[in-house]
Amino acid sequence: MKQNEQHSILKTTNLDIGYNSKAEKTIIAEAIDIEVNEGELVAVIGVNGVGKSTFLRTLSGVQDSLKGQVLVKNQKIQQIDSLKLASLVSLVLTEQPISKNLSVFELVALGRQPYTNWIGRLSKNDLRQIKKSLQNVGIEDLQNKKCYELSDGQLQKVLIARAIAQNTPLVILDEPTTHLDLYHKAYVLKLLKKLTRKTNKAIVFASHEINLAIQLCDKIILMQHKKVTTGSPKELLESGAFSTVFPEGLIIFDKASASFKINP
Amino acid sequence: MLQSQKYILPLLLLFIGVIVLGFLNISLGSVNIPLKDVIASIFNLEVSKETWRYIIVEYRLPKAITAIITGSGLAISGLLMQTLFRNPLAGPYVLGLSSGASLGVAIVIMGASIFGGAFAGILLSKWSLVVASSLGSLLVLIAVMLASIKLRDTMAILIIGLMFASLTAAVVSVLSYFSPAAQLQQYIFWSFGSLGDLSWNEVGILAVFWLVGLVLAMSCIKNLDTLLLGEQYAKSLGVSIQRNRLIIIIATSLLAGSITAFAGPIAFVGLAVPHLIRQVIPVNNHRILVPAVILGGSALMLICDIAAQLPGQEYTLPINAITSLIGAPVVIWLLVRKRKFLF
Repeated sequence: MKQNEQHSILKTTNLDIGYNSKAEKTIIAEAIDIEVNEGELVAVIGVNGVGKSTFLRTLSGVQDSLKGQVLVKNQKIQQIDSLKLASLVSLVLTEQPISKNLSVFELVALGRQPYTNWIGRLSKNDLRQIKKSLQNVGIEDLQNKKCYELSDGQLQKVLIARAIAQNTPLVILDEPTTHLDLYHKAYVLKLLKKLTRKTNKAIVFASHEINLAIQLCDKIILMQHKKVTTGSPKELLESGAFSTVFPEGLIIFDKASASFKINP
Repeated sequence: MLQSQKYILPLLLLFIGVIVLGFLNISLGSVNIPLKDVIASIFNLEVSKETWRYIIVEYRLPKAITAIITGSGLAISGLLMQTLFRNPLAGPYVLGLSSGASLGVAIVIMGASIFGGAFAGILLSKWSLVVASSLGSLLVLIAVMLASIKLRDTMAILIIGLMFASLTAAVVSVLSYFSPAAQLQQYIFWSFGSLGDLSWNEVGILAVFWLVGLVLAMSCIKNLDTLLLGEQYAKSLGVSIQRNRLIIIIATSLLAGSITAFAGPIAFVGLAVPHLIRQVIPVNNHRILVPAVILGGSALMLICDIAAQLPGQEYTLPINAITSLIGAPVVIWLLVRKRKFLF
């Protein structure tokens, strides 16, 4: 019954993604039809180089699609003005050349940029939002630290807090769990899950953590060579989609435990 | 806790520091002038000796104002470069902007004699010097920018800057080889750098370029903050990268170009001041950084000028040598102390 109340945040119709250069068109994936609703945690899964980042870039409007549409709140993404888009979609990217000299507070405060005046003065509301997102991610005690003092796991939380402070209905994360140990991987994904429940945001992330994603996500977008399959973890388990994620032989999918194992 | 309030005191102290240093700068020089006559000259009151008034009003005052303009302008262009390229070592001198400006000036000063005749008169006016020098730094900056878009590597940008510096140096030596002694000497003296050669008229021209550069820099204060996260994040926050990049490039070329044209290639101020300010005021918000760097640059340049004009001495040392003598140890000290340079 809750299904009826949910609102579509992100939708693609017959989307082709890839690169358009002068010489040729490189199609990475074709005919993608997905829908992400409010409060859903969605994982984009696929092997290295399958095009997860290209897909996320297309979803966030950084890159143009080859064909088809990306709709954010039922509006075509290319027609949304960039400042308006900044209030709809926020990003968490890895390995960006961010200034490590920023303090945690300053970095999270930058999430409020689309809402501040010409000189970037933070209003009372901005400060409240920043405080709330620091609380939501559980990093209030870090706020006066400089980013170069943080561990990888802490920095990831700070970047997530920045995206939360941007106060958008959709958050897109590109591999938020790389460089993290198993504990912090689980911690970050659990945190994302908690955020979808608490703030009703839709969160889409690319990850290699298939085992964790199966346990936590509402939906999984499975990217294979030029083919994209979507569904809840349960649906994908039943259809046997996971068994073809990796090239045959080395790793097999064990249906009983719903996890991947090394082929003995 | 509104963040900006706690930085008002350091900014105020810096401001007072600049005023005091400016006053000190005017009072000191090769001729000893009593304090009361210095004050009297500035405020147009009765002065004991008419020559003293002349020295203060026609020589020392424009020199102090030039010091403030060059110091603040170079420091701001250093800050803009460091943020735009996300590179702690960026600055107008390191990225070859000053070399580009030197090339412009070299072509005007020495080219005038080579191409000779009718051109010489037009070419040697101060305006053409500023325009050529700004164009020179603009060209180098655009080249560095294009390279940075293509390479996306902060180290590569520095190497490109160095390459442009040696390229322009080569062209300058070819020009010097063919130019007559008088022009060569004029160029060499220009390249030592000097703050004291400007008439009020020229200070006026310089001030116009400086003001336009600063206003442009201030217009993108908010977007400069966003650029600290890198271009992809900035874009996702609704910032138009292209427009801001253009504004920053124009502001930097105007500042670095016009200052180099009038005061010669001055090293280290652009690189060192933003780092010194970050030591004193640990903030990355450009709303605070920009005014602090303007004041810090002015203060440093006034100090360098006082040092160049050793009190009681007849000679003035080349300002370029002084900024390097003071700037280089500061950069080394920062590097050793912090082990890591951050922008």
